[in-house]
Amino acid sequence: MTHTLKIEDLHVAVGDKPILRGVNLTIHHGETHALMGPNGSGKSTLGMAIMGHPGYEVTGGSITLDGEDVLAMGPDERARHGIFMAFQRPMAIPGVKLADFLRHATTNVRRPERKEGEELIPMREFRKELKDNMAHLRMDVEFARRYVNDGFSGGEMKRAEILQLAMLQPKFAVLDETDSGLDADAVRLASESIADIGHQKMGLLIITHHDKLLEHNPPEFTHVMLGGKIVETGGKELAEELHRQGYDRVRKSHPQADAVNQEMLAEEATV
Amino acid sequence: MPQTSLSTFDSAGFESFVASRPQPDWLLALRREAWQHAETMQWPERRHEEWIRTDIRTFQIQKYPAPVETDATSAVDVLAKMESIHQLRDGVDLAGSIETFDSHLVNESIDESLVAKGVVFGSLERIAAEHPDLVREYLYTAFDPDYDKFAALHAAFWSGGQFLYVPRGVVIDRPLHIGSVMSDGGSDTSHTLIVLDEGAEATVLHECNSVTTDAKGVHLGAIEVIQKPGSHLRYVNLQEWGHKSFNFGHQRATIGRDSTLQWTIAAMGSMLTKVNQTVELTGAGANSQVNGVMFTEGRQHLAYHTQQHHRAVNCHSDFLYKAAQQDQSRTVWRGMIKVDEEAQKTDGYQRNDNLVLSASARADSIPGLEIEADDVRCTHGSTTAKVDEEQIFYARCRGFTRKEATRMIVSGFFQQIFDRITIDSVREALGAAIARQVREYE
Repeated sequence: MTHTLKIEDLHVAVGDKPILRGVNLTIHHGETHALMGPNGSGKSTLGMAIMGHPGYEVTGGSITLDGEDVLAMGPDERARHGIFMAFQRPMAIPGVKLADFLRHATTNVRRPERKEGEELIPMREFRKELKDNMAHLRMDVEFARRYVNDGFSGGEMKRAEILQLAMLQPKFAVLDETDSGLDADAVRLASESIADIGHQKMGLLIITHHDKLLEHNPPEFTHVMLGGKIVETGGKELAEELHRQGYDRVRKSHPQADAVNQEMLAEEATV
Repeated sequence: MPQTSLSTFDSAGFESFVASRPQPDWLLALRREAWQHAETMQWPERRHEEWIRTDIRTFQIQKYPAPVETDATSAVDVLAKMESIHQLRDGVDLAGSIETFDSHLVNESIDESLVAKGVVFGSLERIAAEHPDLVREYLYTAFDPDYDKFAALHAAFWSGGQFLYVPRGVVIDRPLHIGSVMSDGGSDTSHTLIVLDEGAEATVLHECNSVTTDAKGVHLGAIEVIQKPGSHLRYVNLQEWGHKSFNFGHQRATIGRDSTLQWTIAAMGSMLTKVNQTVELTGAGANSQVNGVMFTEGRQHLAYHTQQHHRAVNCHSDFLYKAAQQDQSRTVWRGMIKVDEEAQKTDGYQRNDNLVLSASARADSIPGLEIEADDVRCTHGSTTAKVDEEQIFYARCRGFTRKEATRMIVSGFFQQIFDRITIDSVREALGAAIARQVREYE
């Protein structure tokens, strides 16, 4: 059975400010979707809403995974159902080693029915898998002994997110600017790793400004978000066009959405 | 609780207390003197600097029984449960142990080979009678019975207690265990006296519990540690008195030349605690590390006043207290590095970090320095942070429940202390105690 993540007419507000204004998006397992759009258009908000961030209130519409209501699930249940997001700004958890964090996370995600306090996956088995994945990502094993994202450089954080993607093997993954803040070599490494781990093996929703990531992970679908809505959907060639020419054409074709986008950006600037 | 006319901490209670036990005259004289002082001393009031943040108006000492006699049947019951109450001894090969119930001795043991080497370990009350010269030489050399009314009451009424003497050059390579259990509504007036002679080494694991988590009671206690030159002590105190109990303690170590003291305190219990903890570095090159953990819930109020007193050259002291507060609880940490004029080349460090887990919890952190020498390095710091909802969300996105996420963040906060603890059973017991106390946050 192929898995399907379906977003229908999704409205999301932060505080009393509407951000998403009717998003429709269907992702099948194995597909790669690129989500592009100018700043403030609502791309990251969609990621947060998919994961269930308490600060992002869904005011209308639905998200379902194989017909199951995702909005009724807490973020941890969503993770256990196979939904993942690589954070644009991952949080530091001082005092907690990345390896310990991942062992617990991996156990919970692989055994969704696990109760608190029950055994974690065996240490030996976990260590081997972690080591293999780290070698594959060309990461030093010492890295796993560091505290989660504590004092990590931007590049280290992004690689740690990719490592988590590799360990957790979700059905669907949102990658929120996993290539930002990296130098050219690091972007290539990240792009190759993601292709290796996720391309055609998961449903990927890639939020990006760069073309490198999409070069290694050619999207079947490219969506353009503007003013809290997906205003255009195309293939790989749409992503290429946007990289070459920017959003001017899209803005002109969708003046109403563009006006909303400008307004949202202006409001964001005053906060 | 059966309501009988128990002796309490008054004149009549004192007379029946001293009449109830044989003791050497010198000790009886000390007790009478202390009782006289206690009677004339006032209870501390909030206008006193040390008590500004700690309100003891609800404490009524006459509600508690003086340690005149114990209910033998419940002592036997408790003895049977000791194994499950105490945690620091889990999986540990011990060199000896002392168990008390309401500060009455119920069990004591010490490895024969250590006795042959001159080690003395057991009930302070018994040993004060059997080896009066040894006890008399050290008793109250680190503890001041006139410090305040609590100290004076303790000196009048201390009971049972624990004594450790490690002779010159003797190394005890296995830990010694001290377990104190208090009944619901009972009292514990244990006095702990630890003496390490020159070059001696020991590890002491000391834990205090009530029969139930929410038991009432009062602990009027004192700990004295005396370390001669070149001695090394690792000392762990796990305080888990019942959450309706009062806990008043004076704890003081004096450590001599080139000696080291690693003192770990974990305070989880009691309704109200006021402890003064002092390490006095009296000989050149002495080194002390103090690790403190406080974790509070409900309406608990825990106040720890620490002092690192440098009295000699080239000494090093490092105090790290980490505290997490839940619900409406409050912790007070007041730290002082005191450096005497002659204590040049002092290296002193004190730090208190707080993690406030609820909007109505509170952490007071008051670091202080009093430096009279001019060639020293003293640093202090304090931080107070809240658990970040974004951290919890991040962990939940990785499959952690909210409770698992909070527990992980809290233990991460204490990790720095765990990293400094070298005894597995202590790390495990502490981790388990913290995990037990983390509640569900929604």
